[in-house]
Amino acid sequence: MSDSRNALLLANVSRRGVLKGIAGVSALLLAARWDMSMANQQAQFGAGAMPGGWVDNPNVFIQIDTDGRVTFINNRAEMGQGIRTSLAMVAADELGAQWEQVRVQQAPADQEKYGNQNTDGSRSMRHWYDPIRRAAAAARLMLQQAAAQRWEVPVWEVHADLHKMTHPATGRELGFGELAEAARELDVPSRNDLVLKSDSELRFVGKESGWVNGELTSSSPKASDGEDIVSGKAIFGADVALDDMLYAVVARPPVYGATIQSVDDSETLKVPGVQRTMRIDTATQPAAFNPLGGIAVIASNTWAAIEGRKALNIEWDTGAAGDNADYRSEAYRQALEQAAQSPGKVVRQSGDVDAALSSAHRRVAATYYMPHMAQAPMEPPVAIVRVQDGKAEAWAPVQHPRAAREGVASVLGLELENVTVHQTLLGGGFGRKSKPDFVSEAAWVAQAFEGRPVKLQWTREDDVQHAFFHAVSVDHLEASLDADGNATGWLHRTLSPSIASLFAPDPEHKQAFELGMGLNTMPFDIPSVRLENPPAPAHVRIGWFRAVYNLPHAWAIQSFAHEMAVAAGRDHKDYALALLGPDRKIDSLTLGDGWNYGENPDLYPIDTARLRRVIERATEQAGWGREMPEGRGLGLAFHHSFVSYTAIVFDVEVDSEGSVIIHQADIAFDCGPQANPERIRSQLEGACVMGIGIALKSEVTFEDGVAQQSNFDKYLIPRMPDAPKVVRVHLIDNPGDAMGGVGEPGLPPVAPALCNAIYAATGKRIRQLPVADQLST
Amino acid sequence: MINLTINGQSHSLDIPDTMPLLWAIRDVVGMKGTKFGCGIAQCGACTVHIDGVATRSCVMPVSAVTGEVTTIEAMADDPVGQKVQQAWLELGVAQCGYCQGGQIMNATGLLKHNPAPQPQEIIDAMSGNLCRCGTYNRILAAVERAAGEEANS
Repeated sequence: MSDSRNALLLANVSRRGVLKGIAGVSALLLAARWDMSMANQQAQFGAGAMPGGWVDNPNVFIQIDTDGRVTFINNRAEMGQGIRTSLAMVAADELGAQWEQVRVQQAPADQEKYGNQNTDGSRSMRHWYDPIRRAAAAARLMLQQAAAQRWEVPVWEVHADLHKMTHPATGRELGFGELAEAARELDVPSRNDLVLKSDSELRFVGKESGWVNGELTSSSPKASDGEDIVSGKAIFGADVALDDMLYAVVARPPVYGATIQSVDDSETLKVPGVQRTMRIDTATQPAAFNPLGGIAVIASNTWAAIEGRKALNIEWDTGAAGDNADYRSEAYRQALEQAAQSPGKVVRQSGDVDAALSSAHRRVAATYYMPHMAQAPMEPPVAIVRVQDGKAEAWAPVQHPRAAREGVASVLGLELENVTVHQTLLGGGFGRKSKPDFVSEAAWVAQAFEGRPVKLQWTREDDVQHAFFHAVSVDHLEASLDADGNATGWLHRTLSPSIASLFAPDPEHKQAFELGMGLNTMPFDIPSVRLENPPAPAHVRIGWFRAVYNLPHAWAIQSFAHEMAVAAGRDHKDYALALLGPDRKIDSLTLGDGWNYGENPDLYPIDTARLRRVIERATEQAGWGREMPEGRGLGLAFHHSFVSYTAIVFDVEVDSEGSVIIHQADIAFDCGPQANPERIRSQLEGACVMGIGIALKSEVTFEDGVAQQSNFDKYLIPRMPDAPKVVRVHLIDNPGDAMGGVGEPGLPPVAPALCNAIYAATGKRIRQLPVADQLST
Repeated sequence: MINLTINGQSHSLDIPDTMPLLWAIRDVVGMKGTKFGCGIAQCGACTVHIDGVATRSCVMPVSAVTGEVTTIEAMADDPVGQKVQQAWLELGVAQCGYCQGGQIMNATGLLKHNPAPQPQEIIDAMSGNLCRCGTYNRILAAVERAAGEEANS
């Protein structure tokens, strides 16, 4: 065996006493010492470029009790993507643990210790797979070393699997628990000494389990919180209960930026259970994650607070709201459509689009609209904060615990170290819970009740009316086709308010990270391309919604590509492959995108062969080209986002009343290596359903700056009858590329694929979302 | 005083007649498995059983509750509920899980009254329960599976 392995064995013979880094009740920490020189280096790309970066110290993530129980400390927000299962699975597999003996504990907000915890951008697995495997491999090596010392054998003869160490030559074995105390006396091994398990040694990672396209595999799905969820024991933010707790709801300004002119709370104070009301200052615009302001009603239970709020009489002053008070969705759409007729800021250009358009054999033009939407996670925003002795403690379902901690510190004027944020399960996130304004509100109210926890609950009406809305958008496209129908020129004008308007004076133009979500990164092989971004002002809080600007970009581009195919008289799939052109790996920088989802373009080029493969897979599985009955059609769309690749084919029927019946969805997906295929499938299935809602139902409109929908009676999201009768996810086996995102990339192609299918079924082109009743008229 | 029997245990609560059962269960009795999602009976996250019938607790004033209330916490002791929970686990139905207690309560209520529903009957019965994660295909399959188990038992 190699010298380095001998050296490793020898180096670890010397024992080091002392210390336990972190306090655990019964859990023993692995490792006596962590060499700070092994702390990660900040990098330009990927996890290392995120605030707090990555951490692979096994002390931070893995504890082993003397009874053998393994505790995995999960640092990312669990909002349904299954990260508490999938990352724990990665750790357990590399460690050689039995799944049944692994439990998951949630880390509090502390990015200095746990690395980056901002759970958005479909980053959790692609940024944490490697560090967590290293952490687990280091822990395993220490257990192996402990066994090797006990048996006086070389460490490489010790085999780790099924929660024990074995020495095959002599048949000896020791359980994890029996080695835990000895292992923790050892130094954490150097990264260079870690040998990760080979794929053939892995029992969980990359393996299918559970439900696969309608069939149950022989292997049960792993779910860290499954039993708790089905038995009602799982603790979401709303479920945190503390002694002596007060309950609050807030009446917020109906128009973004409005202030309170006067308030009469006399009727409110008569409501049984109501204790008092309290003013929360209106945030100056841009509001960032600060509270919107308003009147908080504090009571002895949630219902009393809600009833008390109904009895408030508030006069709002919209003076400070400026022209937000004049915001009307229909007029805004018309204004953007008008603006889309004129040139705007050029954000990418190659060739001569004007010449191509003027010399076209045929021109195609279309304008697409996608409305505001609210994320509407099933658990409305909620937070509990207790302020005591100059310190604050919060419990909340937040995607970005660091931002929550900073928000509370800011409201209370505390140093960050005096604020603790406990992360609960999230009852859905979808971007809404990246913005911890609700935690700051709770802190604002709690400061008036020293020592008493205050639970601040948003109602559904609050959630829909005061979302950080998905940006409304108009996308205008023009293309020139030659005599064979091939595209020679492509003009795309995109107009949406920018998320940057939340943090700075409204730039009225999309920023690099917004253009980089499927606009500049449009990969078609067309000689002349010009992408423009005319201005679009924001009048409400604009924020991330799952897949963000990929939604309008994919909706417009993938609808338009189909319109071009129709104009050219060509099959859509064949035409799409022709648009993609020859297989090539594109550095997104050459497309005017310097962002690339924060990833290294050498590792994460836009690979048109991967797009081609998902198109081919989805169409093949859907039986593309088959004869369809009257009123029924197949529709295709595909998209690259969050450094992964998705294609969808829908089989759709439109009945005589204009109702859309989705017979089947075939989704092909390539995220490179798959950590937990079972949860990848569930994410793609769920994205498909959510996307159907975007296509068919979901819309928030404004009149005089006020959201016109407030609950699920008017703000429509998919229900069971809207789901495809059959949904099948076809995962591309591609372990060779770098790992891509999973949570978001399933969503962008759904709406255009569905609308392309509607066209195939009916000949009716949808250019304005949602479809709503457009097919019945 | 309002008297409620929840999961076989009786409670005497000093609350207004108009308080919805949901908030009595959550804030006063302190059981957290029953969820608040909309407050207007549009999402089903608050579903409980009253004398075995799936009911939206968010719009049911406590004064109108005349039967025994059963919540998700008691489903492990219910023969049908057990099968539904088991099917949920086998199919990996839950994503975030927030709505799933209500889904399970609704599905169990369905199977108690219709042990072998047709797929369309399941879809109709479950259409009042929202899941923003979009787990409907697995919910449908899990109800069918639980129904099959029920029929075989």
